[in-house]
Amino acid sequence: MTFESGRPAILASGLRKSFGDHLVLDGVDLRVEEATVYALLGPNGAGKTTAVQILSTLIHADGGEVRVAGHDPAQHPDAVRAAIGVTGQFSAVDNLLTGEENLALMADLHHLDRAEGRRRAAELLARFDLADVARKPASTYSGGMRRKLDLAMSLVGDPRIVFLDEPTTGLDPRSRRTVWEIVRRLVADGVTIFLTTQYLEEADQLADRIAVLDRGTLVAEGTADELKRRVPGGHVQLRFADSYALDAAARALGEVARDDDSLTLQVPSDGGLRSLRALLDRLDAAAVEVDELSVHTPDLDDVFLALTGRTDVLEEIAR
Amino acid sequence: MTTLSLALTDSATMLRRNLRHALRYPALTLSVAGLPVVFLLLFVYVLGGTLGDGIGGGSGGRTTYVNYVVPGILMIALAASPTGTAISVAMDMTEGIIARFRTMAIARVSVLTGHVVGSLIQTTIGLAVVTGVALLVGFRPTATPLEWVAVTAFMVMITFALTWLAVALGLVAPNPEAASNIPLPLTFLPFLGSGFVPTESMPAVLRAFAEWQPFTPFTETVRGLLMGTPIGDSAAVSVAWCAGIWLVGYLWARKLYNRDPVR
Repeated sequence: MTFESGRPAILASGLRKSFGDHLVLDGVDLRVEEATVYALLGPNGAGKTTAVQILSTLIHADGGEVRVAGHDPAQHPDAVRAAIGVTGQFSAVDNLLTGEENLALMADLHHLDRAEGRRRAAELLARFDLADVARKPASTYSGGMRRKLDLAMSLVGDPRIVFLDEPTTGLDPRSRRTVWEIVRRLVADGVTIFLTTQYLEEADQLADRIAVLDRGTLVAEGTADELKRRVPGGHVQLRFADSYALDAAARALGEVARDDDSLTLQVPSDGGLRSLRALLDRLDAAAVEVDELSVHTPDLDDVFLALTGRTDVLEEIAR
Repeated sequence: MTTLSLALTDSATMLRRNLRHALRYPALTLSVAGLPVVFLLLFVYVLGGTLGDGIGGGSGGRTTYVNYVVPGILMIALAASPTGTAISVAMDMTEGIIARFRTMAIARVSVLTGHVVGSLIQTTIGLAVVTGVALLVGFRPTATPLEWVAVTAFMVMITFALTWLAVALGLVAPNPEAASNIPLPLTFLPFLGSGFVPTESMPAVLRAFAEWQPFTPFTETVRGLLMGTPIGDSAAVSVAWCAGIWLVGYLWARKLYNRDPVR
């Protein structure tokens, strides 16, 4: 299936959804070009999964216009379904079947003929490094293997658009890298990837464009560099020996992000010598001893902090 | 592919999946056949001697009772099968794979028809096992081959209706534990009917209930076909009950399955 040139793979405007009184998505606009990676970044409960569920025809939106692969998921769900592959946040493999049988099941449901289905299954098992465990039940798989099988199952039907809802949450670093490699290869083959993540590094690594979702609204959208430019500078992290010094410094510096557990303060700064000297002067004037000082150039953590003005989500995000 | 052939192909795929589950984890199938066999042995060898004298007819005692009670035991097998179906449906719904099926361009109902046909096959095997054991312990039916075919078709019809109801119960249950409890009252219905003792021997209120609940016409029809006792309008009443149960079960299950999944 191909689209007219210039037509985005995913388009949403004014997307709204609430569960009971709880407003989960409050007018979200998305535009995802073909053969690109689009990351929806946000903390738990921001509405990421709900967005994926609407775009992948699992649930209905309350309002807004949506086109996925040129079709409205509410009006023509099967046309959308034929073009997409979905790997949800929770494992969507049949635990009672083996890896091979899971893939064969997908091949049957895509109405591939037997030989083609077998070929496809074998190819995916090899590509995802699962050939050794192909005949073992999925229930015996590790988290990483299961996620890989999950992803492989989403690809049996050769989807043009792949939704990945927190594809690497709970994975060890090695499996995470494998998933990233797979994503990069898919994009190189012209597949459009819509992924959600809580990991800033992941969005930074993979995404062509990033949308930051917070409490159901997009607070920013752009490339990683564009987002970083929106933050005036990085910050200086100050670590103190005890909470007494932390208190004294916090008083001297006024409005700064503070973490009592690690005895640190984060002071916005462009990292330049002049501002560093000014900062140290203020601390000296207050007679506060700094244990350790480090300068951070802006990363997406800072972007998130600057955009939402909240530190509570940061802790969750920066794990 | 037309909608119908798509639905058939996908249902066959889902059926293969369910049968594979059943083969790999046969505990559920075995318990469906096991419970009625235990009841059969209990009723024939522990209670049969006395009950057989009580119901009259024939030579009395155990040999008379085994011929009386087997249709009731078959009803136990039928009434217990929805529990297995409801559990496997509820277990399935807790699996992420159902969400995956919902995002694929497949016939929606195939997930449910796969369960229904799978349960139908399991229950039919269970009924055959129970009948085999019954023959071993002295059950001597008078049925002609044609009557055997009729009794098989009749019980498949009942299973089909009950299974759709079971699918709905499995969908409405919040978890597999609840799914194993909800159909439990069904298992008792055969006891409150003509399966084990004639309804005439019951107190008035119970007797009224027994004569108006579906398992009494079910039992009477099976007993009539197997043993040549009068059937009367039991067969027609049974068909009406099955049609009603099926319709409620099917519409309810479809509605439950098509609602937006909430998490």
